[in-house]
Amino acid sequence: MSLLSVERLDARHGLLQAVRNIDLAAGEGEIVALVGANGAGKTTLLRTIAGAHRPFAGRIVFDGRDVTPMRAHERVALGIALVPEGRRLFAGLTVEENLRVAGDAGRSGAWNIEVLLSTFPMLKARLKTPAGLLSGGEQQATAIGRAMMTNPRLLLLDEISLGLAPLAVDNLYRSLTTLFASGTTLIIVEQNLNRVLGVATRICCMLEGRIVLECDAKDATRERITNAYFGLRDETRRTVRP
Amino acid sequence: MIWVDQIIQGILLGGYYALIACGLSLMFGVMRIINLAHGDLAILGVFAVSLIAALTGISPFYALAAAIPLMALLGWALQRWVLERSLRAGPLVPLLATFGLAIVIENLLFEGFGADTRSLAPEIGDLAFDSWMVAGQIYVGYLAVLVFAVAVVLLVGLQLFLKWTALGRAIRATAEDPDTAELVGVNSRAAYAIAAAIAVATTAIAGTFLAMRATFDPYSGPAQLIFAFEAVVIGGVGSLWGTLIGGIILGVAQSVGAQIGPRGFLLTGHIVFLLVLAARLFMSGIDWRAGFSRSLRSSGKGRPL
Repeated sequence: MSLLSVERLDARHGLLQAVRNIDLAAGEGEIVALVGANGAGKTTLLRTIAGAHRPFAGRIVFDGRDVTPMRAHERVALGIALVPEGRRLFAGLTVEENLRVAGDAGRSGAWNIEVLLSTFPMLKARLKTPAGLLSGGEQQATAIGRAMMTNPRLLLLDEISLGLAPLAVDNLYRSLTTLFASGTTLIIVEQNLNRVLGVATRICCMLEGRIVLECDAKDATRERITNAYFGLRDETRRTVRP
Repeated sequence: MIWVDQIIQGILLGGYYALIACGLSLMFGVMRIINLAHGDLAILGVFAVSLIAALTGISPFYALAAAIPLMALLGWALQRWVLERSLRAGPLVPLLATFGLAIVIENLLFEGFGADTRSLAPEIGDLAFDSWMVAGQIYVGYLAVLVFAVAVVLLVGLQLFLKWTALGRAIRATAEDPDTAELVGVNSRAAYAIAAAIAVATTAIAGTFLAMRATFDPYSGPAQLIFAFEAVVIGGVGSLWGTLIGGIILGVAQSVGAQIGPRGFLLTGHIVFLLVLAARLFMSGIDWRAGFSRSLRSSGKGRPL
């Protein structure tokens, strides 16, 4: 049985329908890469799964429980965590406080500050620094670390390389190998295909609020993804627009 | 010597202002709500204290200890059922809601207790008027020192609570970004409600000390709100240390002003407040009108689900 299943989800921003009737499942230990152009609805989908956005219709089932009516902090307690786009650190709190807030409020488990520091050694010297003063790469590491501190079973990573220097992205992904190997279920939104193709077990491509391509990572060719990304060919499941 | 005396009295008076400003500062710092009913809640608190004291015959201090949890409960309910709802409608609605609440509290108290001016001073014996002689001409009142000490302990204690405890960190995280706090597992509505409970509980302490050192009636609240607001602004919004300093600056300004001329007491306090406000706007160095309207807009977004 899958850990997460999203059933006929519809999420809107006012009149704008950002997520249209999406079905998505993620099994224990899977790493799902969610790709798609800007405005395809990836961020809204992740925020809806995490509980930061209220769906218009549809259901989100996590570990056999319907979490749709739950608030975000209740979902964290069940094991869903989101690393939000733009990092959204508590800028006035120190790095350590950012981590501790999540550690105190989340589930207990294997991740704690010591384990995190061995994953992200660059944060060691920065523990007492206000998070607002960090570099982009350090901020992103803190944001991921903060989500890990809740000991999630499902971690949603939204555009973690956005706005970072290529070197910082390299660093970040190198640190994340521990996370990828840890067996945590991941859904990763990423613009850089090369990055995700290397780690993902499954690829989902979104276009205009729908999933237009879903396949195992080993079957995904750049051409198939590119076609789906730009909507060049109706691959699968794409319904006819009214 | 008289000036030294005035400054010392001003510092002690500032302790009271810091005490009354504490809850206002906390609420503004955490929820970005300017609670216009703050002064009236303090008066409501002291009416509760005097009622408990009158009914049971215990000292006002024990009555205060009994009233604090009641006021905390009131603050929690206020956040849950009034402020949280009004915040959803935009940043200006809580101002209207708390303004309305202020009028309701004043008139309910008037209805229930009448217009008599009251004081708790007769209930506390020597404490109300006795004093220590510090030097030749300088006396400091027991009560003034007690109020100052309570203010320091309360503000420093709250600051340490926010800095070092898990609940304090959760409250600060929620203050910065309630949506993201939810995403890391913090129940932002509970964090807000706890902050409101603490804030309203502190008003009972401030109100009780006001009643011990002076008088109160159902309409005493707004004047206390102004002093509290001035102390918060002088000390810098969102900082409890600042609020303590702000209260002291206001107290010293008023005492020194009173020494300059008989009408200088309130006037000097207001002038210092306006000068600090003008200096802040001037030193911020940005187009403050744009900044102000932006902060109004942005403070309305990002409410939890």
